[in-house]
Amino acid sequence: MSHSVELHNVGMAFGQTRAVRDVTFTVKGGEFFSILGPSGCGKTTILRMIAGFLQPTEGKIVIGGRDMQGLGPDQRPTAMIFQSLALFPLMPVWENIAFGLETRGVGKAARRAKAEELLRLVALEGFGDRMPGELSGGQRQRVAIARALAVEPQVLLLDEPLSALDLKLRQHMRAELRGLQKRTGVTFIYITHDQSEALAMSDRVAVMSAGVLQQVGAPRDLYDNPETPFVARFVGETNVLAGRVTAIESDIATLQTPQGLFRGRVGYGLSVGTTAKLYVRPEALEHAAEGENKLTAMIERIDFEGAFALAYGKLDDGSGLIASIPSTGLAAAPPIGTPCSFSFRNKHAVVLPDV
Amino acid sequence: MSDLYRRFGGTLGTVFLALVLAWLAGMVLAPNIMMIDYALRPNLPPAEIGGPRDVYTLDNILYLANEAVHRAIFFKTIWASALVAFLTLVVCYPLAYWLAQTATSNQTALVLLALTIPFWINEVLRTLAWYILLAFRGPLNVLLLSLGIIDQPVRWYGNAGVLAGMVYAYILFMLFPIYNAIESLDKSQIEAARDLGASVWRTHWRVVIPHAKAGIATGCVFTFMLAAGSYVAPALLGAPGSRWFTEIIYNWFFEGGDWNRGAAYALILLVLCLAVVLVTLRIARVNLTDVAK
Repeated sequence: MSHSVELHNVGMAFGQTRAVRDVTFTVKGGEFFSILGPSGCGKTTILRMIAGFLQPTEGKIVIGGRDMQGLGPDQRPTAMIFQSLALFPLMPVWENIAFGLETRGVGKAARRAKAEELLRLVALEGFGDRMPGELSGGQRQRVAIARALAVEPQVLLLDEPLSALDLKLRQHMRAELRGLQKRTGVTFIYITHDQSEALAMSDRVAVMSAGVLQQVGAPRDLYDNPETPFVARFVGETNVLAGRVTAIESDIATLQTPQGLFRGRVGYGLSVGTTAKLYVRPEALEHAAEGENKLTAMIERIDFEGAFALAYGKLDDGSGLIASIPSTGLAAAPPIGTPCSFSFRNKHAVVLPDV
Repeated sequence: MSDLYRRFGGTLGTVFLALVLAWLAGMVLAPNIMMIDYALRPNLPPAEIGGPRDVYTLDNILYLANEAVHRAIFFKTIWASALVAFLTLVVCYPLAYWLAQTATSNQTALVLLALTIPFWINEVLRTLAWYILLAFRGPLNVLLLSLGIIDQPVRWYGNAGVLAGMVYAYILFMLFPIYNAIESLDKSQIEAARDLGASVWRTHWRVVIPHAKAGIATGCVFTFMLAAGSYVAPALLGAPGSRWFTEIIYNWFFEGGDWNRGAAYALILLVLCLAVVLVTLRIARVNLTDVAK
């Protein structure tokens, strides 16, 4: 089993700016763990602290049970894949891959053999003597992965390595990364601002905003049970209805809003009488006049996305509404410019207190 | 060329072209052809110029080959210039790396300004500063004596003085090409090398220096040529034992009154410098066009 990575109350301040505040989470050994957040949320800072390029100003980082305090990147059981990949352009592919072995004093024949083995692992046999500049984006990607795996790290750190690729290749590389992680059993910590990437690949995801950890959970869990308004809005599309909590019965909260009364599951930290918001996913909205919760919106436009279409509407108070319609049901879609009734079920909505 | 005409029109384009050609012909071609012409003729009294003894000959060039003292000074100038280039590289590389990769932009601006300001005054005056610093009863000896590092004042004028003066005089010519080269290196490559366990030494040897190779070769070529053709530093900071080849050329022209032999000596220096430069570039596998950038 590969090493686990624990962050205990980790904080990082650059002068007066606190880039990361009091972050605590544990990545289990052999897990594919993503850190998701918009740019500037502190996720890269966290990765660089785990790698050893930065020393946290507060808290501690423990890898495989060992406190990493004061250890540099060359003394940690981690390897990093950089956003720019940082391949050495003047070395042939095999020397790139074997560079970590070269620094460890491994002989040339053994280095070459190990490089060939890794080239096979990433399906690039016969590319050892090419220069990095002669490879395509996806191939360079795989060389970077092979180079990081060559030093047999316990933990692989990936800093948005797919962001420079086009969509098709990105989707392909997602599956490849996931497969590689399963085969090698190495702990992966993956940084991304792309929520679909994080949801598709990860065992668990940590969501960050403005240097603060918002929630850690399995992708499905984050999507269905967001604990903070930020997670509800950032992970996937969502509709928001603002109001005041009038009642909480068992697991269902009732929210008084300008559009009427709505019910949804009780979210983290909710209490009666406080202002709160109800979050409901576009796919939970049904084009139906009857249901547990009803609301009416003027349809403004419908964007066809392929597998589904997104209907954009406006509520009475002018706020927006998004409903997703499966492409197979497009024939029955509401006409543009007419009012349309939607309904959703209590269990498909969640009510979270305002922060 | 057609691009030039398209951009500036017929008249202005022709004017520009004519100016460049005139400059090339008048300032580059003509002096060099005249120098070659001088070098290949014997030194004759005015009355005999154009006469039967005024024929092309290799005498002036062969004179250097047979004159042991001049020959020794010539070769010493070549290797000492190479040494100047090497020492300047040793001084500049760490500084260029620090400026390009580690320093904040404020630090970079400040240091580059501090390095550039002395170059606003003439090279002769800058060398005079070293003349004062290195004097027998000058500040350097006083400092070293008071620190107890030496117990007798040192005569710095000579080889040591010439080296110090030249390294100082040509720092910028070495610093800027290397700085530019290292600055274009993606910082994450250095971090990647470190992450993979490379020592500082290996990171430089395998990643930074190969990337900066063109800049290093450019700086070395500049410095070598400037050092080989330098006159002020050896004249002011030298001693009789540290004569520079340019001083001998100067003497043929202005003391010996033999312009022909002086021209021959200058021609040999020029050809040898060119050869050294081309060989260096070939060894470093750098094109002349890279250097021109």
